Amino acid sequence: MAARAASPGEPRRVAYLYLLPGLAVFAAFVLLPLLHTAWIALFEWDGVTAGEWAGLDNFTALVTEPELRTAFWHALVLLLFYSLLPVAIGLLLAAAMARTRVRGLTAFRTVLFLPQVIALVVVAVMWRMIYAPEGGLINEALRAVGLGGLAQNWLGDFNLALPAVGLIATWVMYGLAMVLFTAGVQKIPPSLYDAARVDGAGPVREFFAVTLPGLRGEIAVALTLTTIAALRNFDLVYITTGGGPGDATTVPAFEVYDRAFQSGQVGGAAAIGICLAAVIFALSFAINRFADRGLR
Amino acid sequence: MRRPALAVFGLIAALLAGCGASPGGDGEDTGAKAEKARESSKKIDVAKAGDITLTVWDQEVRGGQRKQIERLNAAFQERYPNVTIKRVAKSFEDLNTTLKLAVSGDKAPDVVQANQGRQIMGQLVKGGLLRPLDAYADAYGWADRYAKVLLDLNRFSDDGAEFGSGGLYGLSQMGEIVGVFYNRDQVPEPPATFAELERQLAEAKAAGDVPIAFGNLDRWPGIHEFETVQAQYADPDAVRDFVFAREGATFASPENEQAATTIQRWAEKGYFTPDFNGTGYDPAWQQFTRGKGRFLIAGTWLVADLADAMGDKVGFMLMPPRQPGGPEIALGGESLPFAITSKSKHPDVAAAYIDFLTNADAGRVLADTGNLPAMQTDAEATTALARDVQEAWLTLTEQEGMIPYLDYATPTFYDEVSAAIQRLLAGRTEPEQFTKDVQEGYAKFAERR
Repeated sequence: MAARAASPGEPRRVAYLYLLPGLAVFAAFVLLPLLHTAWIALFEWDGVTAGEWAGLDNFTALVTEPELRTAFWHALVLLLFYSLLPVAIGLLLAAAMARTRVRGLTAFRTVLFLPQVIALVVVAVMWRMIYAPEGGLINEALRAVGLGGLAQNWLGDFNLALPAVGLIATWVMYGLAMVLFTAGVQKIPPSLYDAARVDGAGPVREFFAVTLPGLRGEIAVALTLTTIAALRNFDLVYITTGGGPGDATTVPAFEVYDRAFQSGQVGGAAAIGICLAAVIFALSFAINRFADRGLR
Repeated sequence: MRRPALAVFGLIAALLAGCGASPGGDGEDTGAKAEKARESSKKIDVAKAGDITLTVWDQEVRGGQRKQIERLNAAFQERYPNVTIKRVAKSFEDLNTTLKLAVSGDKAPDVVQANQGRQIMGQLVKGGLLRPLDAYADAYGWADRYAKVLLDLNRFSDDGAEFGSGGLYGLSQMGEIVGVFYNRDQVPEPPATFAELERQLAEAKAAGDVPIAFGNLDRWPGIHEFETVQAQYADPDAVRDFVFAREGATFASPENEQAATTIQRWAEKGYFTPDFNGTGYDPAWQQFTRGKGRFLIAGTWLVADLADAMGDKVGFMLMPPRQPGGPEIALGGESLPFAITSKSKHPDVAAAYIDFLTNADAGRVLADTGNLPAMQTDAEATTALARDVQEAWLTLTEQEGMIPYLDYATPTFYDEVSAAIQRLLAGRTEPEQFTKDVQEGYAKFAERR
């Protein structure tokens, strides 16, 4: 035994040893692939023959190539549909459910959460049918009530395609936001609501004074999750429009797939992937920073 | 706190050093490797080759395609009980995205279907991952089996730089043509010239019908639509030179501009399904089977489905030429070629297998299962529609009137041209700008090559 044992509870160096297995797994499956990707991003590589050193060319292309700029711009637009709209709808639903006692609330909640449970590929295939100009649910419904003039070429119109894809995401995501928020509302002490009512607050005032501040943590979680989903959106675009019409719905993750697996620009794909990861990291960091500061 | 940070830093440095080599490739001379492969290739008696397992990756998974490959595989194993075929069936998309990794790995399959063009076959040849089949072609007499235009589609120079000439790297089983299907009820007299077709389209529109059923949400159908019209304006050799990226080839030609003008006019006049850019490919041809669309410009891969749905109400013809009695030119090609990987340990057996899949007996199996055999065959088509198609195929191969798919041209060309065609048909670019835009992407590739 050592002459002087450290007092119990004091940190000891041996503790790092216990972290080693976890670190090893993390390194093997996250760090190593990440670094390898960053390394590949420095090459012009077709995935088969020897790569050619390209330095930072693949990264400068992210700024100079108009197609890539468009793709990143589309990702930002989709943030609105993936993140802000679902959170807003979720808040509205949660606030409504907090005020009223609806019979069969659980059933409603389950139904509203359902889109979140279905595999995205199925969702995309289904919405492609719903959006079909001829025989699609939306256009046929509009025609049935005499609003045929409003029927649109949803996925084939250059201006409509991106919002149309975005709305699918809203439909998928709001259930997640709602479940998070209804759970959060239950944790707000009823005494706060009682106090607000005694002070004469209406439903709107009550929402902003009690519900919203009480849900700050949940909102941060919902924003983080939906933002990540928005930026890595691939399946919806791949199945509904393939990036078209023209390049009206291309997104970075789709470009990654396209370059890595279709057109043999693995280096470029890796650069987009790294950049996308950095953007996701920065955004989730900012969101959580914002939420933490508010809590203080 | 400082020490773990240092440790993580050290770890990162170690990892970086670990991957400090250029990705991919072993720097081998692909030309010498191909020559060596040719010299060692020979026709053998498979029955005496000992017990062998042949791993085959194919995408023959739909209807008649699945039937033919299952029948031929069974027949091959029955004839050579010492050979076991381990079949790995994948969808077209799936095969294309995983193939490069599979054939460059240590456990590479022996035989794979490698799609024509620079995206797949070109890159595999460039990487020295496919085995040239020329010596086998001589030994088995494959040149007599196929029209020259068909073999050329599966040719690359050994360094992968030249497409459409050089070594033979694969053999295809089935032919495909993009032609014009028509509804016999609505089109009693199929047009004999391009002008007559345009007249019938105008008539159909005036009568309130959909002239051409067309859905372009999936992006690639637009290429087929455009090329079918392009074939009536451009010289077939010019299109081939362009796709094979030969010296001086350009997309910005007056003929291509004329073709673009014509097809844009069709879109403006409403000759296509309304909202075609938002309509899927399958819904479009399904609408055609229900009488919504007098014509359908599509590939012969739809023959079985269309015949099932419409019986003898559907006919097939090549796009009629602009000059009466002029040569018929159409977009056409062949199914994904079967190729042998460089890493295969049994190339001679693999060659015998490919020979078996493409010989005269195989041709009869193909016709029997509702496919269009690419090789010369005495097989009879089983339905009226299939007979129309077979006739058209013979005309095209005999007159060498086939032009290859545009998207073979460069690794990124599919994206570029399909997006450009969507813009053209939506009236967002003028025909002249369209040809210039497409040429620009193509020129970038030519520069880098």
